[in-house]
Amino acid sequence: MFWTSYFLAVLALVLAWPVPVLLSRAAWPARAPFTAMVLWQAIALAGGLSMIGAMLVYGLEPVGDNLIAGLRALAGMVLYNEPTTALGFWHLFALSAAALLSAHLVFTLLLTYVKIERQRRRHRELLALLASPSADGPGTVVINHDSPVAYCLPGGARSVTVLSDGLMARLEPAELRAVLIHENAHLSQRHDLLLWAFAAWRQALPWFPTTRYAQLAVNSLIEMLADDVALRSESKATLIKAIALVAGGASSAASDGPAVAAPAEAGSLGTGSFSAGSFSTGSFSTTGGADSPRTTASRVSRLLSPEPPLKPAYRALVLAASALLLAAPTALLIVPGLLG
Amino acid sequence: MASLGELERAVMDLLWAGQEAATANTLRDLLARDSEAEGGSAGHQGKDLAVTTVLTVLSRLEKKGLVERERGTRPHRYQAVSSREDHTAELMHEVLGSAPDREAVLARFIGSVTESEAATLRKLLGEH
Repeated sequence: MFWTSYFLAVLALVLAWPVPVLLSRAAWPARAPFTAMVLWQAIALAGGLSMIGAMLVYGLEPVGDNLIAGLRALAGMVLYNEPTTALGFWHLFALSAAALLSAHLVFTLLLTYVKIERQRRRHRELLALLASPSADGPGTVVINHDSPVAYCLPGGARSVTVLSDGLMARLEPAELRAVLIHENAHLSQRHDLLLWAFAAWRQALPWFPTTRYAQLAVNSLIEMLADDVALRSESKATLIKAIALVAGGASSAASDGPAVAAPAEAGSLGTGSFSAGSFSTGSFSTTGGADSPRTTASRVSRLLSPEPPLKPAYRALVLAASALLLAAPTALLIVPGLLG
Repeated sequence: MASLGELERAVMDLLWAGQEAATANTLRDLLARDSEAEGGSAGHQGKDLAVTTVLTVLSRLEKKGLVERERGTRPHRYQAVSSREDHTAELMHEVLGSAPDREAVLARFIGSVTESEAATLRKLLGEH
């Protein structure tokens, strides 16, 4: 029982700091984004499980030989007022911390979901009034804005991909197709679930290195996965050009302000609205977060000087390690109870 | 006019285009005129549009914070809270800004880039 909690605590520590640091510096995730994504999820889940498990097992040590017996004894104390004298101060402290952390994690996950959904609903409402349907198919709309912007707003059947006039004006049809396939890949592979889970994970434990590294890695990996889908039907040069046009255009619009307003061919609005749009772009893009640039850089370098995909044997190894990461704490927590 | 969503859009278009606040009656007449101008089957539906429907649409828009009512007058006169451009700017702010709590709301094709990185990309564009 003691050794179990000791092992789980060590595992939690290792997964909270050295492992994510090393993994975030590794080069191989760009060669196997899907496998790397599985590993990040395993690290997050196993990390949370071993953190809570370590405290739980330590706290229950005096009242049970294993977790299940301990929980049964605890239930007796809580529900039937059985004596709690077996538990010392630190045991009670650990149990309370485990309960608080569990509640905190679940609560943050739900709260993040509600927040994201609220923002998406508001965004969808405004899109319904401001954007016009696009010729590129259902679920694609065009918004009147001269910066080159493309994004998707996930929402199940109401998912929508948004393109700006500025983007349509600058991109060739093939480049536009690459952008659309990229965005649709985000939607069809349900990347919104990953974004949600890892945003909540970081929100819940912002001071843990693992949560920040994990979120950055996941943000970058989903872009690579979507790029890979686009590469199946469009050429590498097309995708690179689309990325360069969008990135370059967004930045120049941001730094030079209204001077570089795009050709107003698609606009039904006067020039006043264009300068208003560009101006507000300028005021926030320059302060953009430090997180995303690295994503764009690593995406482009990955496309420019591609390395061969990770060998199947290595990928299998990583997947096995991910499975083990999840299985080890689970087994430690449950198997002694089943055997005893 | 099929759905409330379409009506909301049409009402907002009218309010954004007009300079002054309008009553539900005025809006109804404008909507009926617009759909007549479009002709076809939409035309006769537009004539049937009831003022109460327009009021429903307006109250929905008010709840969404897009329309405000002038309190003093009767019948109430409605106007857009902010211009179409301001709302577009608000949306784009949400898209292009990178507040950490907003990162999970949507997936952008390109995240924000630094000026030096954009320059590198533009140079690269020249080569291709």
